[in-house]
Amino acid sequence: MIKVHIDLNLCQSHGECVAIAPDLFQLDENDFISWQEEVDDSRRADLEAAVNTCPMTAIRIEG
Amino acid sequence: MRLVIVGASLSGLRAAQAARRAGHEGELIVIGAEPHLPYTRPPLSKELLQGRQEIEDSALPVDELDVQWRLATEATGLDRARRRIRLHDGDEEHYDRLIVATGCRARRFDGPGAQLDGVHTLRTLEDAIALRAALKDTRRLLVVGAGFIGCEVAASARSLGVEVTMIDIASHPLLPFGPVLGERWAAMHRDHGIELRLGVGLAELLSDDDDQRVTGARLSDGTSLQADTVLIALGAMLNTEWLTGSGLELDPGVACDPTLTCTRDPEILAAGDIASVPAALAGGARVRVEHWTTAAEHGQLAGRNALVAHDERTAHTAPPYFWTDQYDAKIQALGCPALAEHSELLELAPDGGRFVAACVQGRLVVGVVAVNAARRLAWYRRALQTPRPLAELKEALAQEDATLGSPVGATP
Ligand SMILES: Cc1cc2nc3c(=O)[nH]c(=O)nc-3n(C[C@H](O)[C@H](O)[C@H](O)COP(=O)(O)OP(=O)(O)OC[C@H]3O[C@@H](n4cnc5c(N)ncnc54)[C@H](O)[C@@H]3O)c2cc1C
Ligand code: SF4
Repeated sequence: MIKVHIDLNLCQSHGECVAIAPDLFQLDENDFISWQEEVDDSRRADLEAAVNTCPMTAIRIEG
Repeated sequence: MRLVIVGASLSGLRAAQAARRAGHEGELIVIGAEPHLPYTRPPLSKELLQGRQEIEDSALPVDELDVQWRLATEATGLDRARRRIRLHDGDEEHYDRLIVATGCRARRFDGPGAQLDGVHTLRTLEDAIALRAALKDTRRLLVVGAGFIGCEVAASARSLGVEVTMIDIASHPLLPFGPVLGERWAAMHRDHGIELRLGVGLAELLSDDDDQRVTGARLSDGTSLQADTVLIALGAMLNTEWLTGSGLELDPGVACDPTLTCTRDPEILAAGDIASVPAALAGGARVRVEHWTTAAEHGQLAGRNALVAHDERTAHTAPPYFWTDQYDAKIQALGCPALAEHSELLELAPDGGRFVAACVQGRLVVGVVAVNAARRLAWYRRALQTPRPLAELKEALAQEDATLGSPVGATP
């Protein structure tokens, strides 16, 4: 499993992560981000794309 | 295989990371003219200038990336026959595959008074540090050019209590968001106390001071105004000089096919602000996109594509995404709103502060602009994977129950 962290002080709701993996990341009615914190290894490519495309470099993955 | 990347900023870094992740085990060299490891530019006109972020915060994480950095090193020429990059110190660097990621620099004013003290441009970290220091003692800032950087600096300076005049030769600010929403952006800046003068250009920068400090400006309509600091925000110029004589096609960006491969040399790819790439929304014409997300996407794709043969490379298809933060508005856009002939409001929150507008060319939606509506923009991103007629988009929208609200009777 891969652990996913988002630094909420950095996230500015750009939604890049949502565009890349809508099943793992969501924005709510107030444009706040929510996400799946433990993700299967098979989704590594999507997670890496999200990490590298987040304009605020707010996403970190572990494992 | 020896992979060399020229340009050590966002797209160059993303290319290096992607190449390693995709299994590149050979040499990986990144050449960059700036003395710094890669950093991110958007805060330079926003958080950093406003004092809400420090210099270190703009560094991009480089992790334990296995790269040979050649910083403070400028490429001055390219010899494709010998696969050599000439460097400013007379040295050369050999490549098997090359990624060109040299981006842009700020365009300068070349009229009278351009060399006066107190005249700034904004592209690099050093530029931002100098402008931040200057704003501390500035009473009136003149911003020349009401594009992204001009508008962001104007807004940041207002938040620091500086008086601001902003001029532009165009009839409204923020042209990249399309021709029709301009009135809104103009009103937003005026409401925040900016003296906005449109349809007028800069003729001359003036100094009545022996120290050669700028004290004012004369405009193209003959009027003069006072300013103790000036920001020239006239857009960007391509860093392609080092490629002249290389035989690569320059249009004036580096002409690529959809896989970011240079049209005349499959061993060379390009990424980021410098790459000119065919876009579906532009009917297949090549476009250059000067935005963060495209540079990050290009870098990742170029890094992977550089490792394989031309016919195994994949295409870049994502429509451009870009944003700007001004005052309390986060303005986000998808696609190519600047190509639009008209705009139509699709969603409007009851308080009027949040909305989504479609930018339309002919029958097709070529772009979407959203203000403080990030979640809704994510929906449009999915809905606009391919260009769609406005009528079809509206039908899909009618099935959606989470919209901001109906804009009946409102105009963009
Ligand atoms: C102040 C500012 C604010 C911005 N805000 C936003 C925003 O809010 N949203 C958004 O979407 N975009 C924004 N952008 C645009 C975004 O930063 C750029 O699209 C992005 O930096 C492009 O990355 P790049 O790697 O292609 O090019 P660049 O960042 O331009 O990097 C090119 C690098 O190549 C180096 N180089 C050039 N020539 C040579 C040479 N001959 N040899 C070696 N090295 C060379 C340069 O020194 C530079 O470091 C902003 C830009 C600026 C300047
Ligand atoms: S891409 Fe980054 S800034 Fe945007 S919503 Fe995701 S975490 Fe937040």
